[in-house]
Amino acid sequence: MKTKLPIAIAFLSGLAMVAVFILNPEKVGDMEGELLQWTTVIGGFTLLLGVVSIVRVNWRPVVRRETGWLNNAALILSVAVMAIPSVLPVSWSPLFGTDGGSIYDWFFINLSAPMMATMFAMLAFYVASAAFRAFRARNAEATLLLVTATIVMLWRVPVGEGLFVAINPRLPNLINTYVMGGVNVAVQRGIIIGAALGAAATSLRIMLGIERTYMGKT
Amino acid sequence: MRLARPVGLLLLLILLLIPELLAANGASSVETGWFRTYRINAVIVAAVFSAAVLYYTQRARRGDKLFVRKIAGLDEVEDAVGRATEMGRPVLFIPGIDEIDKIDTLAGLSILGRVALITARYETPLYVPVRYPMVLAAAQEVVQQSYITEGRADSYNQDMVCYVAGEQFAYTATVNGYMMRERPAANIMMGAFYAESLLLAETGNAAGSIQIAGTAQPEQLPFFIAACDYTLMGEELFAASAYLSHEPLMLGGLKGQDFMKVLIIAAILVGTFMVTTHLGGDWMRSLFEVR
Repeated sequence: MKTKLPIAIAFLSGLAMVAVFILNPEKVGDMEGELLQWTTVIGGFTLLLGVVSIVRVNWRPVVRRETGWLNNAALILSVAVMAIPSVLPVSWSPLFGTDGGSIYDWFFINLSAPMMATMFAMLAFYVASAAFRAFRARNAEATLLLVTATIVMLWRVPVGEGLFVAINPRLPNLINTYVMGGVNVAVQRGIIIGAALGAAATSLRIMLGIERTYMGKT
Repeated sequence: MRLARPVGLLLLLILLLIPELLAANGASSVETGWFRTYRINAVIVAAVFSAAVLYYTQRARRGDKLFVRKIAGLDEVEDAVGRATEMGRPVLFIPGIDEIDKIDTLAGLSILGRVALITARYETPLYVPVRYPMVLAAAQEVVQQSYITEGRADSYNQDMVCYVAGEQFAYTATVNGYMMRERPAANIMMGAFYAESLLLAETGNAAGSIQIAGTAQPEQLPFFIAACDYTLMGEELFAASAYLSHEPLMLGGLKGQDFMKVLIIAAILVGTFMVTTHLGGDWMRSLFEVR
């Protein structure tokens, strides 16, 4: 029963999504939206699990005064400062809730968002170091990649495009057609088709109970 | 015959649907009946694909030998965990950063189950940071069951799998910090990844970890290829669980995929010929259009 019930639920849920795809929404209503709302509701219930996990993992180093315990304490404090005022009713104070002018909003705009933007901006440096490693001409394939990447990068900036136009006015169009729209798109579509088939086969294995590792069965 | 009933039910549904769909008035995308008949092409393709997967699964069940090509990245998983054991360092597993309703995440969790079996066997520390509470609950269950299966229930610690942050870059910062502090010997990243893929992979590279990554997001693959030792591309991610399990029943699904790929290649060749020679190219295109 412990195994059969989840498999039956997975099978029926999968079948419901297939039915949503082929049934007329005019006749059956917004089944898709309804099912997705169920997922959101279940997600809401599990949110508490996340809070318990993050507090428990960080509480132990604080109690034991392990190396870097101040960072763990700061994290627990941050969770409390962001979460508690955001769930309190706005009717008690305009500082509660998540609207503009609330404590949550202030911390989000002034701390959380700039820190996330900083992380994202760091991507530029990581791209440079990864590109340096990827474009080293170690063998024929790597050299081909280096030459292609140089041409594409040059074509993407005005000075490079100007250079190509000076050589031959049709050159930028040729790069666009054959490198980006030809070889690049062909490879990407090959990967996408393979991934889509893999995803469909995995879904089928899950629906039929062949693949059960995701629920802890090996 | 464990599969007989669900397979029968699925095929019966398909058989019932096809005549119904064929009988309905086809071309218009404005429907008045129960079915969206303009999606019949997708239903037929799905039926053929399902039948192929089920046929090969049944053949595998009967004991037929199925050849599956070697996937270097997956063969390396056990060696990577072995390396971590020898170095006395942990294994970091990231099951992507998407929700559990994403099939990539489920594939990642399936691989996590196999990896956890190996870490349990070698008693290697395992750390699994997750971004969503639902993934947390599923991943904890998966890891715990693997430890129980290997007879190491006492080595399992609930905090091996922990929720770190709901925001994409807060999650990335936490995991990057872990990589630099703890220097895991092996980083295994399997699932759905987005802009953080390169941040994670480059940091792992700088930390000197052996890295095995897999994703079905074509935009992120170049980053993983540049920064990781082994990369599973697209379908290899979904094949990983079956490949690592060595179970014939699971491998049967992979042959079904191959059969479908042959059909798709044939359709592409015929379509290219028809479009190039103006012999019904539009008809061919409309045959595969899904509205």
